[in-house]
Amino acid sequence: MAKVLMKGNEAFGEGAIRAGCRFYFGYPITPQSELAHFLAKRMPEVGGTFLQAESELASINMVFGAAGAGARAMTSSSGPGISLMQEGISFIACAELPCVIVNIMRGGPGLGNIAPVQSDYFQATRGGGHGDYRLIVLAPSSVQEIIDLIREAFDLAEKYLNPVLMLGDGLLGQMMEPMELNEEKNFFIPPRPWAASGRMGGPKRIINTLYIVPEEAEKHNLKLNQKYKKIEANEQRWENYQTEGAQLVLVAFGTAARICMGVVDYCRDQGLPVGLIRPITLWPFPVKAFDSILSLDTVHYFLSVEMSTGQMIEDVRLAVNGRRPVFFYGRYGGMLPVLTDVVKEVKKLLLEEEP
Amino acid sequence: MFESVLLAGFGGQGILSAGQLLAYAGTLAGKHVTWVPSYGAEMRGGTANCGVTISSRPISSPIVSEPEALMAMNRPSLEKFEQSVVSNGLIVVNSSLVNCKIARKDVQVMYISANKLAEELGNNKVAVNIVLGALIFLTQIVSLELAIESLGKVFPPRHQKLIALNQRALKAGAQFFDHLAKEKAG
Repeated sequence: MAKVLMKGNEAFGEGAIRAGCRFYFGYPITPQSELAHFLAKRMPEVGGTFLQAESELASINMVFGAAGAGARAMTSSSGPGISLMQEGISFIACAELPCVIVNIMRGGPGLGNIAPVQSDYFQATRGGGHGDYRLIVLAPSSVQEIIDLIREAFDLAEKYLNPVLMLGDGLLGQMMEPMELNEEKNFFIPPRPWAASGRMGGPKRIINTLYIVPEEAEKHNLKLNQKYKKIEANEQRWENYQTEGAQLVLVAFGTAARICMGVVDYCRDQGLPVGLIRPITLWPFPVKAFDSILSLDTVHYFLSVEMSTGQMIEDVRLAVNGRRPVFFYGRYGGMLPVLTDVVKEVKKLLLEEEP
Repeated sequence: MFESVLLAGFGGQGILSAGQLLAYAGTLAGKHVTWVPSYGAEMRGGTANCGVTISSRPISSPIVSEPEALMAMNRPSLEKFEQSVVSNGLIVVNSSLVNCKIARKDVQVMYISANKLAEELGNNKVAVNIVLGALIFLTQIVSLELAIESLGKVFPPRHQKLIALNQRALKAGAQFFDHLAKEKAG
């Protein structure tokens, strides 16, 4: 099949349509606005609903409503807008409804800027809003992976009845790459016994986010936690790049991982034993990747490379669990790691640190 | 082998579209391609640039921070990016809007008065594709035929009538240096 050239933001939109999503609610913000532009045109073509809401609060609550009625629904925004949505996301997680949320991260904190960063990692992987809940978080690193993963995002959301967050950055959203379109899913929504779409003579269907009696709330929390444990066990995804024989393993996701692949290629050309673990699910964090690589015994250190002051490194340290030293390299505020600077850091570790 | 190109000029010159044209041509050639625009808080008349990488291998970092070829459509862009070009790289300068010569001795520099040539074709706006045609001829990063074929992808249906004009612009740019080379040789 011939490849088509598409912007990352547009690939999220096309991928959602092909995954059977027919409801989009959103509010514009750079650097993700092309996603909304694209779906404003595309949704009516497939008989779907595109709605520019009056705010991010409205967007996420419209997603809540559509999901509660049994629809495949999504929204998208960038950092500041995602912050505004947190209350709604917490409600959707509590109500156990499927939906997909896209965050094309921009420089922060505050209003920040529109340059690419990865500093919403904590917000994405720790729930984000109030209460004890988790989102499944997927982090693509190419336009092809965007369209492939958003399909999986809708499947995972429905399998676990849980919101799925896709985390990209401004660069990934703005860049164009050729990609193969996946085939369009039959627009079929399986019967949803939980949806508030009419009881049809059956039992009452109630979507609830209020558990006023602590005994009941504890039971609900336990139920959610059992689900999260199952997701942690079954849904870890990652890619190993040149990890065989690597003494130093870089850990990076999204755009930082793209830059690190260049670092690994450069180092391998010079005979330096460097590899990369690229987490694709940020939650559940791919702990298994670290267990299997540490069983090989060749690895001396890890270097977490991030476009933040160091957030994922906490998960890397939890996964490594003291078995090896973990170092950090980052750029912040919308600045990108430069290949030669990361190489310098790699050489410093390989030559100076005692294994 | 040229793989990375930086196209730079001022907003409104068609820099981003010219970069997309190159990216589509690379896609049609079955290559790995990335196109990355400058998407900062830009304003009309401000600087605009995009980086295009076309390679037979997967592209790790899409950022073009050290281009092998630079297309400079005006003087501020040339001043901003001249030093970033790799040693032995190529700089194609729109000499209609750049009235100085490049001091660097370690790069190949080619001058083309694109706005003058564009006026001869009847439309000043196609200057960017004249320079792109020249760059494609000089680097062979894609074939001119594929760039011409890609015009239909970049222009929205309502502007299809501009395709023939831009086809002439791409060819004019390529022929400019082709003739120059033949004159030297002949």
